[in-house]
Amino acid sequence: MKRFEFIQPTSLDEALAAWEPGAAWLGGGTNLVDLMKTGAMQPVKVIDITRLPGLAEIETLAEGGVRIGALVRNSDLANDADIASRFPMVSEALLAGASGQLRNAATVGGNLMQRTRCAYFQDPQAACNRRDPGAGCDAREAGAGQAVLGWSEICIATNPSDFCVPLAALDAIVEVRGPDGAREIPMAEFHLLPGDTPERETALSPGELIVALRLPPEAEGFAANARYLKVRDRTSYAFAMTSAAAALRIENGRIAEARLALGAVAATPWRVTEAEALLAGQTPDAALFARAAEAALAGATPSGDNAWKIDLARRTAIRALEMAAAGTPAQMPALPASPFGSTAGDLAHA
Amino acid sequence: MSPSISLTLNGAKRDVALDDPRVTLLDLLRERLALPGTKKGCDRGQCGACTVLVNGRRVNSCLTLAATLDGAEITTIEGLAAGDDLHPVQAAFIENDAFQCGYCTPGQIMSAVGLIAEDRAGEDLERIREGMSGNICRCAAYHGITLAVRQATRGSAGIKKDDAA
Repeated sequence: MKRFEFIQPTSLDEALAAWEPGAAWLGGGTNLVDLMKTGAMQPVKVIDITRLPGLAEIETLAEGGVRIGALVRNSDLANDADIASRFPMVSEALLAGASGQLRNAATVGGNLMQRTRCAYFQDPQAACNRRDPGAGCDAREAGAGQAVLGWSEICIATNPSDFCVPLAALDAIVEVRGPDGAREIPMAEFHLLPGDTPERETALSPGELIVALRLPPEAEGFAANARYLKVRDRTSYAFAMTSAAAALRIENGRIAEARLALGAVAATPWRVTEAEALLAGQTPDAALFARAAEAALAGATPSGDNAWKIDLARRTAIRALEMAAAGTPAQMPALPASPFGSTAGDLAHA
Repeated sequence: MSPSISLTLNGAKRDVALDDPRVTLLDLLRERLALPGTKKGCDRGQCGACTVLVNGRRVNSCLTLAATLDGAEITTIEGLAAGDDLHPVQAAFIENDAFQCGYCTPGQIMSAVGLIAEDRAGEDLERIREGMSGNICRCAAYHGITLAVRQATRGSAGIKKDDAA
């Protein structure tokens, strides 16, 4: 790990003033410290923001919706009873990510800033346009888990976040503070597709810091029919191969409004408004969900040896819509976001 | 800023001078404070062997910079037993044959202590397996680990009831 200057400010103004080019904000550290060890990130200064006051609260807003401080830990947000009942797929997505230990450390703001899990990005020995603009991309011929939507010739990495997928579906708003004051960024504009500048991953300007995110009042309307589904190499503690957040507002047997976003298929969480429009006003059934999933993946193309991922994402979307239509479970499933229920086996009878 | 920190480590106050902010909690424990019970497996948050409790919550010590921990209360595997009396989770691991080589065991036990304190899995085996998924066991002693965590959960429920009475 490269040497760095470490500071621990105790006020937001002090933290913002301490920022300089090459500095990094430290929240839970679960992603940053790891990448500092591989050398993929080499900040000259690490600004520990965990002592900043007032950023670890979950507040219900008078006008509806909720405001979540950037330093709320993933486990605290996921296990908040109010969040679980009003925004169930947010809780389910958080609990599907990482492990108990990592969720205890990882923060809400840090989750939005998560870097790609592309192995070629993490390894400084490999060529990566995202880490080192102009260096080339070693993932092109090797990476099976890469993007099938929104990728460019110079970067095919995906965003690994589970949490960001329901946030995109629910129109979350990111509150930011920076040298030029406060501003808000809609979730749809927060993460950037690679294009010719894969090193630009978010809409944040240099020196800006996420202070909170908000879920708007409308997001609560989906609580009865909202699920997150995550397909992975093993049942738990693995990043998604594909995932989907599906939410339906059902009135008199018809879908009044639908939300659908896909995860792990692009460099951003992938909201599919075309599919949502197709679902609206219809009676939920298998044929409708198949058409919606078809529309959701209509623009997908393999970026390497990963055509399988397009089909997997389509089927993930269909299953997530079916699960949402069946209703949000009264209790969080033992295996959150999993396509598998209780597994039979000797332990079940132990 | 000189990264000097003050910790409560397994119940005892410790002042630690850090000459380098790169030191992780894991390396601090093992290399500088003579507490090698906490194990280094992957050193990247992927295996759970380094699990300790920070302020009562289980975390991966390999991804925690020691400089961030001023004022924190740390519990490691060395701090669980009371003299020769094993912690209930330690005893349950022995009774249920919950390890072979033992390398992941301190992390498994600390993670189990954290999981039981979180009080979300109860005695449901599937929830215990999911709650313990951040700890990889290369010997695949998962069957015994799951049963040990359930047994310790039962024991702690008894303890809580006694405390309340």
